[in-house]
Order: sequence, then structure tokens, then C-alpha cells
Amino acid sequence: MSISVLSPGLLTTIQDLGRNGYQKYGVIVSGAMDSYAMRLSNILVGNRENEGVLEITLLGPSLKLEKGTLFSITGANISPTINGREIPRGRPVYLNKDCILKFGACKAGCRCYLSVAGGFDVPLVMESKSTYLRAEFGGFKGRALQKDDILSIGVKSSKSTKIIKKLEDIKGKSDFVASSWYMKNFMMQNFESMVIRVFEDRQFHNVSEESINKFFSSKFNIDARSDRMGYRLSGEKIELKEKLEMISEEVSIGTIQIPPDGNPIILLADRQTTGGYPKIAHVASVDIQKIVQLKPNDKITFKKITLEEAERLYFEREKDILELKKSIKLITI
Amino acid sequence: MKKNKFKTEISQISETSALIEFGSEISEDINKKVRTFCTYLDEHPFNGMIEYIPAFASVSVVYNPLKMNSQSPYEVVKSVLEDILSKLDFSSADEEHIVEIPVCYGGEFGPDIEHVAEINNLTVDEVIKIHSEGKYLVYMIGFAPGFPYIGGMSGKIAAPRRESPRTVIPAGSVGIAGMQTGVYPIETPGGWQLIGRTPVELFNLDRTPQSLLKSGDIAKFYPISYEEYLNLKEEK
Repeated sequence: MSISVLSPGLLTTIQDLGRNGYQKYGVIVSGAMDSYAMRLSNILVGNRENEGVLEITLLGPSLKLEKGTLFSITGANISPTINGREIPRGRPVYLNKDCILKFGACKAGCRCYLSVAGGFDVPLVMESKSTYLRAEFGGFKGRALQKDDILSIGVKSSKSTKIIKKLEDIKGKSDFVASSWYMKNFMMQNFESMVIRVFEDRQFHNVSEESINKFFSSKFNIDARSDRMGYRLSGEKIELKEKLEMISEEVSIGTIQIPPDGNPIILLADRQTTGGYPKIAHVASVDIQKIVQLKPNDKITFKKITLEEAERLYFEREKDILELKKSIKLITI
Repeated sequence: MKKNKFKTEISQISETSALIEFGSEISEDINKKVRTFCTYLDEHPFNGMIEYIPAFASVSVVYNPLKMNSQSPYEVVKSVLEDILSKLDFSSADEEHIVEIPVCYGGEFGPDIEHVAEINNLTVDEVIKIHSEGKYLVYMIGFAPGFPYIGGMSGKIAAPRRESPRTVIPAGSVGIAGMQTGVYPIETPGGWQLIGRTPVELFNLDRTPQSLLKSGDIAKFYPISYEEYLNLKEEK
């Protein structure tokens, strides 16, 4: 089975959970910006969580899917439709006929994820299917999708087959059938919340008290130059108590750097492996999905929590995901 | 058990990573400790470890908190790291691993070499001699796939960055920025003074490991002619 690309959209790439283990060679992690939504989309169709999915940005592609395809869409609402009928998000969808999947207006969020049962059959590069655009490797030929690309779909897992069996039971005459069950409300993402929880990073105490107050009390604007590497913020300038001589050290997803111009940068999926700018704070892992769903000119504020709190939220999130997996298992028995 | 005299600091930096600091400056001695520690992790990754990221004077270790079977995964990781630090022998001599890198100096590949010579009151040949006589320690790989942060360049050929950066620096370019020299593995913009180019690939997906250099290596440059450059380039 395969998917044909009729039009590619603004930036559509294959991403999984990233290229882990190669940062020591300067190879960036890449991977889905919203790894939470990406994992959910895989779980919904019975894939392993790390399977490659399509990351679709703002303007969606137009894709020809074959009869018998099982897919799901999570993350941003970019108005997916088949023959003018809206595709429910957050559920597995099974095709009774060959169909053309289209996207429309981006109503909420910025990036959505399309998983296909069986995953994308592209070669692993350093153990990952993620696309690394700048170095031109990984994913589909190391680049974003283009018109006329044909993506092969891999072999479905037994979990996927079970989900399809259940959907076939309710099969009607329509082009597609979606499950009656879907992710609980709390699992559907809320893009209204612009409060980003952060904990102190290593140079927090080198930032002037006045700037710390500004950082936590004022609104920051998402700059147009934001991309998969990082989100640049504008607003109050953040200043250090005194000039700091730093040598390059680790950075990770969610690190908030303060470059000399005082405008914070939140490092994301395509960040470099190390950095030499002071780090004021770090976005709690569970709130990364909020950031990456923001568009240029959206506004955010920061709220300080402790690392312990962030860790607790991390475990809660993982528990929710585990619950979802268990429920799907029960439904498909 | 071996008692290591120097102090290290371990701290939690995120939900999934810990930082081990061996010092706070760029020094061969501190960087060697970083490497000793990383070599150990290469050979003995602990349960739940995902990867490590070495830097000049520190290493961050990324782990999967769910695999620690504890409500406080960092504490588990911390004790594993402390244990490694306490028993590791940091005094052993490094096995010197020299990587020789051919460079075609000057000409179209090194448009700034005359400038570098001029501001240092040297001839172009002297710049080449000094640059290719040096032994350069690779402190870390970062920034881009296979990009080495290397130290040890002679101050005699130091040159400030260009005032306006070039929009494209071709892969393989050898340059000087201040007291540093380096090689660009992939095409990128940059403000370095370019003195030559190597036909050798610093990063190649079809090779294992993909990066030509690793931290701790000694890089040495040797001059080749334009013909030799073309021949080496063709061999691939």
C-alpha cells in the first residue's frame, strides 16, 4: 500500500521520536515537534509509538490514500476532509474506498500528525526515520514532501489488524468509517492555554532581578523567524546581572536561551546539540506541546514551577498515555 | 576503590537528564576527564540511559525516567553516576589517536590566506607551515554533524572573523576565527577566514562511525597540491 502526494502543503515531513544516541557526533535529534500528539496518533492506529508519521505544518497537503488504509490525525486542527466530509481527529479512521484526504483552514494549533497503520516504509538513518532537513538525510529522501512523491506503507501490526476488524464490523457504504471511541477529553489538546510552565535553568541566578520579574510578568510574542530549531520571542529584553563568560555546554528540548540581544529563544526539535548562551529557564516537558502549536504573533506568559513539579507532571502524562493504550487493548479484544 | 582527588558536580537539569561538571573552563586536563567518563559510558551504558552529550568541561546524560523504577528517577541515576565517578581511573594516559587531514591551502579554496599572512607579518608559506605543524586536540563535536571544536592553534596565525560573514562556506573549508581553527563538515554560512579546503569528508552517512573525528582525537593537517586534492576527491 502507498500514499501519493497530490500537493505537499507548506512543510510536510516524516518524523518519529528523533535520532537519539548521535548527539556526541554533532547530529541533532530532530523528530516530531509535538511528540505527545505524534505518539497518540501512532497508538490510535496500533503502531509502535516511535513509528514515523507525517508532521503537517499550517497548510496541509493533499494526499491520495488507498482503500484499506487505517490512519489517525492528532495535534492541530487543520480541517481535514474527505469528499467534503470532516475527518474526526483523535480516532482511528478506516477507508472503504480509495480517497483523497485534503486539509483546509488551520483552526487551532500549528502542527498536526498523520499516522498510518504499518508506518512509512523509509530507510532508517542512524536508527531513525526523522527528516533532518539541513543535512538532507532521514525521512523521505532527506527532504520535505513534494508533489508526486509516493510513500510506501509498511506491514501492519496485529494491533492494527484488530482495530481494523472492529471498524469493519461497523462498515457502511460511506468512504470512510471512524471509531465511535476516541481519546478522552483531557487527552485532546487545548491550544487556548498560553501559560507555559518552566523551571529554573543553570544561569537563572545570573539574570538581573528586574529581568526575572519581567520574564514572569510580561507577555512574549512568538517571532516570525521561529521554526523547528527554536521559537524566538520578542517582548521585554532579558538582561544579565553582569557579562558572563560561558563555554559551550548541553542544551535540550525546552531550553530557554538568552542571546546578547536579550530576546529569549526556546530550543526545540531541530536544536543544535550544544550551546554557549546563558539559559534562564527550561520548559516543563509536558508543556512543549503547547509551545510548538503556537503560530507567529501568538502570545505566551511563563509560570515558574519546580523541577519536582515538572517531573510529577511528566509521570502523570505517561500514566495517561498508558491508560489510553490499555483502553484500546480492551476495546479491540 | 580509587579515590579521585578532583571535585565533580552532578545536578539534575531536566525531567530526563543529569549534568556532570568536571570544571568550568576549556582545558586539556578537564576535557580528558570528560572523555574518560564518556568512554566508560560507551562501554557500560547503564539501564535506562538514552545517550550522553559531551561538551568542553561537562557531560549531560539523557535517561528514560520510566525505566528507573522509582518515584525519584534522578536519585537513581545520580547514585549510578557517583558510583562510576568513584571507581573510574582518570589518571591513565590517553591513547593518542591522530587523524591526518589533507588540506589544499590557498587559491580558490583559501581566499583569505593572504590576509591572514599579512596581518601576522608572515608569508603565505609560513602560514601553511605553522598551520600544518600544529597538533590540534578535538575537544568536542557539536553544532553540526561532525563539526569539531578544536584547540591548540598557534597565536602566530590568529585572525579575527570577517566583518561580514559569507553566505555560503563550502563543505570541507578550513578556516581561522580568532585563536581557533576548524573545518566545516556541511555547507553553511559563516565568518571564518578561509585558508584552504580538505577533500576528506568529516561526516559521511555510509561510514561507521559517521563522524571522522571524535572528542579526544588529535587532528593534524598536511598540505596537498590542487591535483592531489582533485585525485583524493575523485577516489570517493
